[in-house]
Amino acid sequence: MSPTAPGPAIEVAGLHKSYRSRAGEHPVLTGVDLTVPAGTVTALLGPNGAGKTTAVGVLSTLLRPDAGTVRVAGHDVVRDPDAVRARIGVTGQVSAVDDLLTGAENLRLVADLLHLGRAAGRRRVTDLLDRFGLADAAGKRVATYSGGMRRKLDLAMTLVGEPDVVFLDEPTTGLDPRSRRALWDEVRALVAAGTTILLTTQYLEEADHLADAVAVLDGGRVVAHGTPDELKAAHDAGSLDDVFLALTEPPAATDGTTDGTTSSTTSGTTDGTHETSETTEKETLR
Amino acid sequence: MTTVDLAAPATRTAPRPLADVVTMTRRNLLRAVRYPGLTMFLVAGPLVMLLLFVYVFGGAFGAGVAPGVEPGAEGRAAYLDYIAPTLLVLTVVGAGQSVAIGAAMDAAGGIMARFRTMAISPGSVLSGQVVGTVLQSLAAVALVLGAALAMGYRPAADAADWLALVGFLVLLGVALAWACVGMGLSARSVESASNTPMILLLLPFLGSGFVPVETMPTAVRWFAEHQPFTPIIDTTRGLLAGGPLDAAVTAQAVAWCVVIGVAGYAWSRSLFRRERRA
Repeated sequence: MSPTAPGPAIEVAGLHKSYRSRAGEHPVLTGVDLTVPAGTVTALLGPNGAGKTTAVGVLSTLLRPDAGTVRVAGHDVVRDPDAVRARIGVTGQVSAVDDLLTGAENLRLVADLLHLGRAAGRRRVTDLLDRFGLADAAGKRVATYSGGMRRKLDLAMTLVGEPDVVFLDEPTTGLDPRSRRALWDEVRALVAAGTTILLTTQYLEEADHLADAVAVLDGGRVVAHGTPDELKAAHDAGSLDDVFLALTEPPAATDGTTDGTTSSTTSGTTDGTHETSETTEKETLR
Repeated sequence: MTTVDLAAPATRTAPRPLADVVTMTRRNLLRAVRYPGLTMFLVAGPLVMLLLFVYVFGGAFGAGVAPGVEPGAEGRAAYLDYIAPTLLVLTVVGAGQSVAIGAAMDAAGGIMARFRTMAISPGSVLSGQVVGTVLQSLAAVALVLGAALAMGYRPAADAADWLALVGFLVLLGVALAWACVGMGLSARSVESASNTPMILLLLPFLGSGFVPVETMPTAVRWFAEHQPFTPIIDTTRGLLAGGPLDAAVTAQAVAWCVVIGVAGYAWSRSLFRRERRA
C-alpha cells in the first residue's frame, strides 16, 4: 500500500505522560522513544502497569502527551489529531462493539461514519464478515457472541476504513489457542498488505511469533528495542521470557509503597542479575 | 482470506456532519427498538403519576387549583386539566434520563473510545443521541397525552397552538437532552448516570407543576418562581389551554431552554474529548 512516502509509520521522541489525581501526579511514561517502520509489526512488552495502554492511548489520540513529539502516519497527534484519526485503527482492551446491534449493523455503523457509500459500504461489510468467519452470525445481536467472536468483530470494525496504522492493545488476551492463531494469521495478512501494526501483549511467545521488533517498556521508558533474536542474543537468553525477566524491575523494587497485591511474575529476578542486565542494556540500546 | 481490497486506498471523504448525525440517530433508534424496556419506562412513569394524581389526589387537590370547584368528580376534572401539561413536560424530562444512561453506557464500554479515535466530530456523535432521544420523547408525549385524553382531558388548543406546543417541546427536549448527555458522560458509572437527572424530575414539584406557587411558603415560593420549570410548565399549560400566553413567561421559558441547551452542548462536547484514564 505504498503511495505514502516511505518512512517510519510511528515516531515517538521523549514522550512523557502523567495522570493527575487528588493524590498528586502519577507519572506513567517518562521519556519514551520509539520508531516503527512502515509495514512492520512492533510488539510493546512490559509488566502490568508499565504504561503500555497509556502509550497506545497517546498514539491513538485518546490521551494528550505532556511532553515529547508523537507522529503517527506522518502527522503530529497533538497538532493534527484528525489527520491521524483518518489513518489509524484501534482495538482496545475494552471491546468497542455495540451489544444491542448485530455484527453486520456494527460494521455498517463504522462504514457509514467513514462515508464509504451505500454500495461500497455493503461490499466492505460482507468482505469483512467473510474474512473473519462471522457471516453466519452477521444477523445476530453481538450480546449473543462468544468472547472470540466479539474480538473478531472488534478487529473487523477497526479494519473497515483500511487504516495504514493499526493499534492492538492485548488483542489475544482471553482467547483460546485456535482464536489466537487465527488472529495472528490476520495480523500477518495485514502486514503483508503493507499495514503497520503496534501491538501490546503479555504473551512473549506472541511477540516472538509475530513481531519484527520488540520494545520492552518498564519504569515509563523503553528499556530495550530490537528484533526478538537481537534481544535474546544481547541478553544471552534462550527466550523472550528470560529477556523480559532480565530487563524489567520486580514490582516490589519499583515502588516500595505498594502492597503485595501486584502479581509477582518477575520476582524471581535477583538484584545481582538486575545490576548486570542494566549495564548490558545500556550497551545494547540503540 | 481475500487480500484484494486491502491494497485499495481507503475512501476518506470530507467531513459530512449531517450524514454522521443521521447515522448516529439511526443507531440510537435501533438501540431503542432493541431495548424497549427503557422506552416503556419513559411512558410508564408519567402514566402512573397521572393516574395516581388524578384518581387519588385529584378529588381533593382540584378544589385548590381552580376557584369554586367542588371536591370529588369536579375536582378530579379540574386537577387533570391542571397537571396534564406538567406530565407532558415530565415525559420529556424522563427521556433526558434515558439519554444520560445511553451516554454513560457508551462511555463505560469501548465504543466511545472507537468514535473518539475516528475522524468524526464530537458534535455529530452526541447529536445522534440527542436527536434519537427527542424523537423518542415525542412518541412518549403522544402516548401520555392519549392517556390524558382518554381520562377526559380536553385541551382547548387550536392548530397553531398545537404546532407551537410541538415546537416548544422539541426545544425543551433538545435542551434537556444536551444537559443529560453531559450528566451521562461525566458520571462515574452507569448507575450514577441514571440518578443525576432525578433532580430534574423533582423540579416540576418545586414549581407550578402540581400546585399553584401562590400556595407555597415564601422561601419555597421564591425558588419556584425563579427556577426554569415554572415558566416552562406555565407555557405548556398556556399553549394547551389555547392561550392567551403571558409574553414574559414564554420568553423566560424559551430563554431557559436556550441557556440549558447551549451550556449542555458545550459541556458535553468538552467531556467527549476529556481524557479517561486508560
